[in-house]
Amino acid sequence: MSNSLDSYLVLSGFLFAIGTFGFLARRNAISMLMSIELMLNAVNLSILAFGAFEAALKTHAAVIALLVIAVAAAEATVGLSIVIAIYRNRKTPLVDEYDSMRE
Amino acid sequence: MPIGDSIPLVGVRWDDVLFVVLAATLLGSALLVVTLRDIIRCGLALTVSFASLAGIYALLGNPLVAATQVLVYIGAISILILFAIMMTQTKNAPIRLVFQTQAWIAAAAAVVIAVVIAATVLATAWPSGGQRLATATADVAHMLFSEYVLPFEVVSVLLTAAVVGAVYLARREDGRPEEDRS
Repeated sequence: MSNSLDSYLVLSGFLFAIGTFGFLARRNAISMLMSIELMLNAVNLSILAFGAFEAALKTHAAVIALLVIAVAAAEATVGLSIVIAIYRNRKTPLVDEYDSMRE
Repeated sequence: MPIGDSIPLVGVRWDDVLFVVLAATLLGSALLVVTLRDIIRCGLALTVSFASLAGIYALLGNPLVAATQVLVYIGAISILILFAIMMTQTKNAPIRLVFQTQAWIAAAAAVVIAVVIAATVLATAWPSGGQRLATATADVAHMLFSEYVLPFEVVSVLLTAAVVGAVYLARREDGRPEEDRS
């Protein structure tokens, strides 16, 4: 089981689907950011799985995964500071109460 | 004393056991992240899922990426998320309604995505040898600083810009007293 590419890719697909559900369904902005982290991790897992089973992609996959991790760190930093800045103005972390453009 | 490839008496390979345990931990904690009501517990479950993913990276023969996962995700991003949770939690926050009203549609969409991805993966004949290849860390270093040196530098600029932007966004304006947040 651990020696087949399929199981890693299916695992990554399930993780991505869980992240999608969390992003669409949660009301808290920080929960949505956590779900985005789950989806980024799922993509990283599939990249590394391809690298581990395909000799031509072996080293490229590790390098790309490292770059994705760095970009995800930057995304988390900016996203969380935006959430904190909005929270400071609106006094709520719930995204469905950010409706000032609707009025 | 070296341990064998498979568990004695049962004959199951250690790799498979590790993979099943790590994958179950990963999916279980990810489900907890998106379903628990207390958001602090969501953050802690997120840390568990990052840790089991680091284990899977090590199982895939990528010790460098596994170590980076532990350092960056568990060490930095989890702590950042926990701090943000503590800064945005109020005592009278509505606990009971953690999901949007269309959560069932979202669940259906997620199930459809999972089924489509699984069906596509299983229906495709991947040209793989069926044996995991370990990645040498020295090769990764050589490739990162020769072929991928431009993306590497772009990422450094991006990280600098992100740090500056985060400080600018989260900064408190001077001269305006902080309102009372009950």
